[in-house]
Order: sequence, then structure tokens, then C-alpha cells
Amino acid sequence: MKRSYFSAPYAVWMVVFTIFPIVFVGLYAITTRRADGNDLYTGLANIGNIFGNEGTYMKVLWRSLSLALQCTAICLLLGYPCAYFLASKDFAKHKTLYVLILLPMWMNFLLRTYASMGLLERNGVINSIVTALGFKRLELIGTQGAVLYGMVYNYLPFMILPIHTVLKKMDQRVIEAAQDLGANPVRVFYKVTLPLSIPGIISGITMVFMPSVTTFAISGLLGSGNFMLIGDVIETQFMSANNWNFGSALSLFMTVLILISIGLLNRMDKSKTGNGGGKW
Amino acid sequence: MKKLSCMLALVLALATLTGGMAFATTLTVYNSYDYIDEDVLEQFTKETGIEVEYVMFTRQEEMYTQITTGGGKYDIIFPSDYILERLIKEERLQEIDYEQCPNAKENILDSMWNSDYDPGNVYSVPYMWGTMGILYNTEMVEDEITSWDSLFDSTYQRDVFMLDSMRDMMGLMLVYLGYDINSTDEAELAEVRDLLIKQKDDNIVQGYLVDEVKDKMVGGEAAMAVMWSGDAMYAMDLDEDGVLAYSVPEEGSNVWIDAMCVLSNSENYEAAMQFIDFMCRPDIAKRNYDYIHYASPIKQVVETLPEEEAENVAVNPGDEVLERCYFFHDLMDDMDIYNTYWMQIRS
Amino acid sequence: MVKKFFRGLKGSYIALILLFLYSPIAVMIAFSFNAGKSRAKWEGFSFKWYAELFNNSAIMEALKVTLIVAAIATVVSVILGTLGAIGIHASRKGYATTLLNLSYLPMTMPDIVTGVSLMMMFGFVAGFVKIERGMFTMILAHITFDTPYVLFSVMPKLKQMDPNTYEAALDLGCKPMKALWKVIIPEISPGIITGALLALTMSLDDFVISYFTTEKTQNLSILVYSAAKRGVKPDIYALSTIMFLTVLALLIIVNKRSTLEDIG
Repeated sequence: MKRSYFSAPYAVWMVVFTIFPIVFVGLYAITTRRADGNDLYTGLANIGNIFGNEGTYMKVLWRSLSLALQCTAICLLLGYPCAYFLASKDFAKHKTLYVLILLPMWMNFLLRTYASMGLLERNGVINSIVTALGFKRLELIGTQGAVLYGMVYNYLPFMILPIHTVLKKMDQRVIEAAQDLGANPVRVFYKVTLPLSIPGIISGITMVFMPSVTTFAISGLLGSGNFMLIGDVIETQFMSANNWNFGSALSLFMTVLILISIGLLNRMDKSKTGNGGGKW
Repeated sequence: MKKLSCMLALVLALATLTGGMAFATTLTVYNSYDYIDEDVLEQFTKETGIEVEYVMFTRQEEMYTQITTGGGKYDIIFPSDYILERLIKEERLQEIDYEQCPNAKENILDSMWNSDYDPGNVYSVPYMWGTMGILYNTEMVEDEITSWDSLFDSTYQRDVFMLDSMRDMMGLMLVYLGYDINSTDEAELAEVRDLLIKQKDDNIVQGYLVDEVKDKMVGGEAAMAVMWSGDAMYAMDLDEDGVLAYSVPEEGSNVWIDAMCVLSNSENYEAAMQFIDFMCRPDIAKRNYDYIHYASPIKQVVETLPEEEAENVAVNPGDEVLERCYFFHDLMDDMDIYNTYWMQIRS
Repeated sequence: MVKKFFRGLKGSYIALILLFLYSPIAVMIAFSFNAGKSRAKWEGFSFKWYAELFNNSAIMEALKVTLIVAAIATVVSVILGTLGAIGIHASRKGYATTLLNLSYLPMTMPDIVTGVSLMMMFGFVAGFVKIERGMFTMILAHITFDTPYVLFSVMPKLKQMDPNTYEAALDLGCKPMKALWKVIIPEISPGIITGALLALTMSLDDFVISYFTTEKTQNLSILVYSAAKRGVKPDIYALSTIMFLTVLALLIIVNKRSTLEDIG
């Protein structure tokens, strides 16, 4: 038996459960369900609706993208130093620290988000401390800030992980060579370390940006239903509004946007280092 | 190789087993969250031997979607009046055989037999009913609340919870503005939309929620919330300090009935009849009432209400209040305009 | 001296990050022992939520579902993925690249799109074959997104493997199947284990895809989501604390037995 045939079951599974569903999304996106239950081919009408409703959907899309970008930026700013310090000689031996950073990732993310509610509510833990200190109560939950916090909280480890991996695997001799050649630590960082860690950064950005654009659980729990994100809109189309066609159009539109952004990101990586970025 | 194929076989067997099995008669019941005393289900099984698979949903529209598109089989569902109207129109329900449900025939209040949506209760048996209004915290609010106006008072910054239920919220606002609760007039609905968007812009709204609201009000997270009467009663019950109160505003509100009915593709009709009959027994209805605190349509429960509760508007509104409450009707074919504006409000 | 200062600085920064990451978890653990119902007001110490937890049939049921689905999905995806990787490794370039690119799809598509697309496909099929959206469809969905992770964990190990060992085994008279089992699998087993762990994690934690591919069956994440929307008692906190301690113990054990970098 040829070994290449081994891949057959896998190939079949992938086609059936990945390609076919996408075809369905496509089909639903280009049809509309009429009142009598039958479907009618309407071409790009559903996609057109995305730009309709007096711009509501575009507003939601814009808000989701903006929040996701903010989240990614914050994760990068907070996470890179953390990964860098962890990988540095001072802490490299402390594997426990690394484990501790990873641990929250292994806990169910819904549970963690639910726990943050207890922190952020008007009568929650943070406010208990704030008011005990004599300050005015903070309005935390139900704001965009709360949702942003929830996103960063959930996705930060996903940024730290790949950067740390890349930094650890980095060839120390290159750094030593730069130092021998007279570069001060700052220059070493900007000219050697940072560029070499780009594959990790790109990995991290991918793993943070994509889920944060499409989340709906976080905005539901921490946003108190005050504003919808694109994930909420899609979920509503499928679960309440019973409009799978429009929901599919939205999903398709969004997926294409995301794939384009990721493609652009990867292009950046190839041109700088010549290596394809690894997943981890 | 042998080990591999054995493992595969085991896994496949497990998978198919979990895929769908049914032993004794199992009745699949689909109801809202927090809408039954679940011990009642256990007692039902004990007395009749019929297993109950109890599935829950958050919103009526969700339930409707699941029934009409899902592959799942449900026997009994608990829809609201306007959804019920739709289901009857679409011929998705079986008629109730009152010979098999004597408790239903005898114990349901007389006033509940002549509704708009199902005259004579041919397809449904009322389960719980109530009104909609404002639950408010008497310590955070200056006077008694008597009008929907209070929801738009900008002194209550981030102190108001609105209801995340499209039909209910928009319908109530239509009444507030003096229009018909079932209006599909674009101009009138646009007014509602503008009103609610302004409310958000004025920073009065703390959130649009459904079930979370009860706990939040008890926890003192806001001054007032738009709620169903039963949820209000539930919150008032949990409220140990007694600061919460409920009011049905003078401009008018909604009255609603949730009922039990049997889907036409159910194959367990007799079991379903037994279940419905069981639920209409005075002792069972009382237990459900004690647990959920919505108004019960069962005569015996109403007659034996303790004085405190009999005076509580949330549980026993009285005719004067009911005069200014209206039923929702089925509007499913014209929901587009609602959906559009609701999306604008919520975004 | 300066070195020590910087070390302190770095340490404080890491400590701050840890504080950020663990504050909700700490709150959760603390309040799982709260005698009162509140999520924020402390009313005394009590173990009662832990007792209630085991009485709560919904939670227990959801836990069971989560574990069963994760177990089955992991096993099947390991088999499919490993075989797939071996097959691709031995195939000609065109076919291999296509299949690899296809494998990236579930990982790059947003969860919500995977979820709704599967929901629609299952809905369509339900018109012909009687499958309910329940545990079975959940398992199918989980296998779908788990398998690529296994594939991509095994592939590097295959590439690192010396192809001559396999040839040598064949030359020595070994049947291909036996050679596969005795030669290839042991060499790539670290990759298989990594893949299995990844698949397990993804399945245990999944919310979005499970949410759309079932109707009545709830796994843990779906339960928490619907419970959170209704404001539920701290027995969920008790569950989280137990889960946290379990994961902590697991990670410590694994850490002791091998370098964590292997698992990545």
C-alpha cells in the first residue's frame, strides 16, 4: 500500500467538513429566502445590504476593526516586553514563571470572562476597593473599555507565547557578535533582536487580531448589550433574526477582509527575513 | 494494525451511540430559562414513568428559529402569544384534547378562554401570564414611578436597564408615544428609534439585557429596569432589603400570555396531554408559581394568594391596570422594518 | 548593581503582567468560598458551593459532554491527522501543497464562520438524513478544527526524520504496515503527543463552534455563557477553581517530566 494513500481519509474529511460548508455559506450569501420559504437567487444583493441600513453595519464593522486593532496594539506593547524579559538570561531558568503565564490560556475563556464581570461591576470588587478608599464609583462594565479589557485579558498570552518562543530560539551568537562589534544594548535590540523576532510578532498579531474582530461572547458579557460588534450581528442573524442569507453574506465579507489583512501581514514578514512565519 | 482498527471501531461505536438514543417514552419540552420549578419535572416522571428532556431558550425568536429550521424534535413548547398566533397560522400545532386534560378544562381562569390569538384555547393551554413595566429601586429614585417618562430622565445617568427583546421594547415605546402596540408604520417606528437612540446618547442607558437584569437589580447596579412582571416579582423576592418596587406606567403597557402547546410533528401526543394536565393541577401550578412568581392562570392558585402578594401589581395587576395593557399580535411578515430599526438602536 | 536593578525592573514588570492575568481568577477562587450568593460581596467562608456543584445536574451534564467530546475528537483527529501527515509527506508536491493549504483553512477562518457554515450544512443534511444537531454534530465539528493542529505538529517531525530508516526496515524484510508502526510512529511520537495535547486544549476550550453546532446539548462553555447571562450562583466559581487546580497540577507534572518548549 502506498503511503501517500494514507492521507486519503484526511483529505476526504477536510473536503467534506471544510470546503462544503464554505460552499453553503457562499450559496446562502447569494440567495434570499422569500416568504413562502423558497430561495431566490439574488446575486450580490445581500452583500449590498451590508452597506445599507443607513450605514449601521459599516459602523459596527468599523467599531469591531478598531477595537481589534487597539487590542492587538495593547497586547503587543504589553506582551513583547514580557516575552523579552522572560526569555532573557535573568529569567530563562524560571520555567515556572513561563508556566504561570500560560496557565490562564488553558482555563476556559468563558469562565475567565465571567470572572472579570465580578471585577468590573458597579458593586464589584474593583469598585469595592475604590469606594473603600473614598473615591467615587467607577463606571466600568458596559463600556467599550470593558470589552477592550476583556479582549486584551483573553488574548494577551497568545501574543506572549509565539514571541517568547522565537526569542528563546534565537541564536545568541548573533547578539554576541553585534555586541563585540561595539553596539550598545539599545542598538542591539533595534537592529538585531527586534527584526529577528518579527515572525513571532506576526504570529502573535494573527492569533490576537482574528479572534478579537469576530468575538461576540466578550461583548455580550462585558458590554451589557450596549453596542454590537460584527460577531454579535452575525450571531443575531443566525439565531434570532432568522436571516441566514444576510448572515452568510456578512460572514463571507468579514472573512475576506481578515484573510486580506493576514495576507498583507505575511507579505511583510517574507520581505524582511525571507522565512515564512511559523505558527508557534 | 489490529489495535488501530479496534480503537477506530470503539470510537465509531461511541460516536453513533451518542448520536441519538431514546429508551422509554421521552417527552422533549422546550421552554424559557428560569420558567419552571424543575423538581416538578422529576415528580412528573415519578408519577407517570415518562422521561422529560428539558431544553431551554433565551428569546422567543430563537425558539421559533430552532423549531422551524432545526433537525431537533420537540414535543411541547411554551411560546408567547404572538409567536403562538404565528404557529397556528402555519399549522404547526396539534389541537388539545381536553378530555385528556380535565385539569386544564376546569382550572384555568374563565377570563383566559377568549384571547385574541387562540379563541377557545384550541391549540394551547395558558401557563403563565403577566404584564410589562418598570422595576425600580425606591432608594435610588425620588418618587414613585408612574410613567415611562422616568426612563428618559437624564438625572439617571447610566442608571437604566432596557430590555434586549425587540418586539417588547419597541412595542412598549409605541404605546408610550401614543401609537398602536402592533404598529408597522415606518414613521411611528422611526420615532421610537430616535427616542431610544437619544436615550443612549444622553448616557442614561447602562445596558440592554434580558435575564441578567434580575440579579443586577437585586445587586443595586441600577435605579430602574424595564421588565416582565414575573422577573420583577422574582427580583423583589430575592431583595431582602425590600427596596424594589414594580409599576405599570399610566400610558399603557403590554399584557401577555405564555401557553403550552404540542407541535404537529410530535409523536408523543398522549404523553404530552398527560404533561399538560399535570401542569394544570393546583398543587403543581402553585409550586411553579412559588418558584417563578409569574401570575398563574390557575383558579386555585389565585384564590389562595397571601394578602401581600394579592396586592402586588406584579402578581395581581387588577382590572384597572389591565385596561391599559395590550396584546402583541403576530407581525412576522412585516418584521423587516423592526429588525432594521432595532439594529440601528443597538449598534 | 545596575544588573540587579534591571533584574528587579524586569521582575516587577512580569509580576504586574501576572497580576493582570490572575486578578479575575483570584476573585473567582476567593468567591467560590463565599458563604453568600453575591459575586462581589463577601459574606463569610463556606464550602457549600462545592457541595452544590455536584448536585447541579446541568453543570455535571455539561462537564460530561465537554470531556466526552474532547476525548473522542482528540482520538479521531490524532488518527486522521497523523495518517494524513504521513500520506502528505510521501506524496508528490502538487497534491501535498494543495492539501496543506486546505489544512490552513480551519485555522485561519474565524470561529464564527466555521460554526455557522457547519450549522448550515448540518441543517441542509438534516433534510435528508435524520441527524439532530447535538453531541454527534459537535464531535464532527471538533474533529474538523482539531485535525489540522495534529497535522501541523506531526509534519515537522516527519521532515526531520531520516527517510533511510524506513527504507532500511523494508530492505530487511519488514512489511510496510509493520515498518510504519515500528519505525515511523515512534520517531514522530513527540509530534503526535504535541498534536494530541493541542487538539485536547482546543476542544476543551471551544465555545463558538460548539455553540452553533448543537441545539440542546451544552458543553461547559455554552453552559457558562447562558448561565452568565442569567446571573448564576457561585457554584460555577467552585467549578472554575477545581479546573484551575487541575490544570495547574497537570502543567506542573508535565513541566517536571520534559522541557515545556517541546510542547510549545
